[in-house]
Amino acid sequence: MTTTDSPPAPAAVRPRQRRSGDTERGFSRVFRWISTGAGALLLGVLAAVALFLIVRAFPAFTAGAEQLHDAGKVPGSFGSLLGYVGPLVFGTLLASVLALVVATPISVGIALFISHYAPRRLASIIGYVVDLLAAIPSVVFGLWGVYVFSGLVGDLWVWFADVLNLILGANVEASPTGRSLATASLVLAVMILPIITAVSREVFLQTPKLHEEAALALGATRWEMIRTAVLPFGRSGVISAAMLGLGRALGETMAVLMILSPGLSYSFQIFDSGRHTTIAANIASRFPEANGLAIDVLIATGLALFVITLAVNMLARWIVARRKEFSGAN
Amino acid sequence: MERHVKLSRFTRAGSAVTVGVLALTLAACNPDAAEPGTETSESAAAELTGEFAGAGASSQESAMAAWTATFGAQHPDVTINYAADGSGAGREAITAGTVAWAGSDRALKDEEITETAEYCGPDGAWSLPVYVSPIAVAFNLPGVETLNLTPDTVAKIFAGTIKTWNDPAIAADNPDATLPTTAVVPVHRSDDSGTTENFTDYLAATAPDVWTWEPDGVFPEDIGGESAGQSSGVIGVVESTEGAVTYVDASKVGAGIGTAAIKVGEEFVAYTPEAAAAAVDASPLAEGRHEHDLSYEIDRTTTASGAYPIVLVSYALVCSNYSDEATGTFVKEFVGYIASAEGQEVSASEAGSAPISSDLQGKVAAALEAITVG
Repeated sequence: MTTTDSPPAPAAVRPRQRRSGDTERGFSRVFRWISTGAGALLLGVLAAVALFLIVRAFPAFTAGAEQLHDAGKVPGSFGSLLGYVGPLVFGTLLASVLALVVATPISVGIALFISHYAPRRLASIIGYVVDLLAAIPSVVFGLWGVYVFSGLVGDLWVWFADVLNLILGANVEASPTGRSLATASLVLAVMILPIITAVSREVFLQTPKLHEEAALALGATRWEMIRTAVLPFGRSGVISAAMLGLGRALGETMAVLMILSPGLSYSFQIFDSGRHTTIAANIASRFPEANGLAIDVLIATGLALFVITLAVNMLARWIVARRKEFSGAN
Repeated sequence: MERHVKLSRFTRAGSAVTVGVLALTLAACNPDAAEPGTETSESAAAELTGEFAGAGASSQESAMAAWTATFGAQHPDVTINYAADGSGAGREAITAGTVAWAGSDRALKDEEITETAEYCGPDGAWSLPVYVSPIAVAFNLPGVETLNLTPDTVAKIFAGTIKTWNDPAIAADNPDATLPTTAVVPVHRSDDSGTTENFTDYLAATAPDVWTWEPDGVFPEDIGGESAGQSSGVIGVVESTEGAVTYVDASKVGAGIGTAAIKVGEEFVAYTPEAAAAAVDASPLAEGRHEHDLSYEIDRTTTASGAYPIVLVSYALVCSNYSDEATGTFVKEFVGYIASAEGQEVSASEAGSAPISSDLQGKVAAALEAITVG
């Protein structure tokens, strides 16, 4: 990218020397400051949020077990802040990863259909619908999840659990209300679907035509062409799309809060209710009646979410950077 | 926190103005004599101006909205801000002197009263019951409208030890009902709430062998199971799930949802506003308090006929002395209105609460009259 940018640069310098107009130079300078300011503002906000979280969470770090229990409203079964944050982090990651596992293949499928299979007219309609899906507020997804979806999948989960128990002799429990992590993850998957689809579609559309035509000329079927030309080219893009989706799933509050019957445990019983909750939903549920140390405890869990989100984004950057050289772009 | 400080500034600014007005107009009128419904309240109505802040229990929120609206219509120059930040925040605010009055789902404890002495005069703050709400045990069993349940059975249902609706423990008290084999799905509140605190208090008092958990605003974590946020959330789950059962503000129970009659003494009592008020009247006041402190220790094990002891009693916490005259006058007027027959009627129709008995209304009015100002 940088190599293609460099040739015009000297050309841009020359007219500036020739004109030596004060207005042009003045505004250029101003704009430079504006854009620098915008960048700095972003860093400043991030730093302010991090500082706020650390400062406000600090009393929760230093409080004793007794204090955490009495004033901090940490349930009695947890002796320390870490013991309380642990199941929350576990629930958050489990819900988000399940959502990602479900959403990514479907998103890639939709994106490929739009970019390589669908007639142009249909493709634009589907693209529009996908974008529309992204515009639905999460509280609406929550209402839909509570009143429609959880009832439907609840029966499915019970049946599914029965089958698993019968065949594998496993001990899978399922709640008939469907207010379980599996349901919440599916709704999260629907919510992150448009993000992953939109980014993947853009990446697939940028596959060099020459690569595709070369593959077809060598006798590849359309699937083989996609496998050999489109997917390798788009791999890093799909990964960053998935990470964007993961970021949204991690922080999603309202839908999870409404759909899930919360609980605090390290359980893989994803079809049962009262087993898991996510950090964001837990904060939203507990905050209205919290005061004093209880708020600090909630902010400490928020700090954990902040760190997780940061880590996920850095991981995504690292993966994308590592894969760059293998992508078909070069 | 920020919000309280800001509100208190408004309160002070408002009261500073009012004090000036009062100094000019109050020569002939003694605010201590302010009694709702009499001539003095009319003259007080003309005097009440300013912005006043309250904070506390969210259980009172919808009732408070109705109260402030009707009170505001009678006193157009008064602005009332009630921040429903939770009972704990309300108790902190009245202790710190940042609000005129506070709402709380429980009365102040002895040591908390001592702490309020700094801003509320030597007698500290008083707890006055103004909002009584029966908590119904509501279930979704098509064809079954009411069930007789003993406290032990209710405790077993919510502890998860009764698994199906045709359990012998339920059948024994309901010989006439046709009980299905549907699984029992207990649903509890996932948020911190006064409803849960009162319900678990009831279970701990009446079924100590089954319910071994301490009363708390948060449902015991180790029981697990279904839960949802807010009253509308739990009743929503019950409505959509056959076999589900929950405890919820009685006003939220809609058509098609059955409710339990609870065994009190030798009879089974269904929730009614009168039965809830009767349970409050049958309970003793906390001992060793000021004569005007109306902290009830709800007697969950009462055997009084026709009393329904699963009630949430929410209090108005008021100072026994207001150094600021305008604030004191306002509290007397406003809380007096809340606890009056008219105010209780408003909250009953708007929020589904149970009106407090006229006897209790009189006690609250007497306590408000005893508040000293200045």
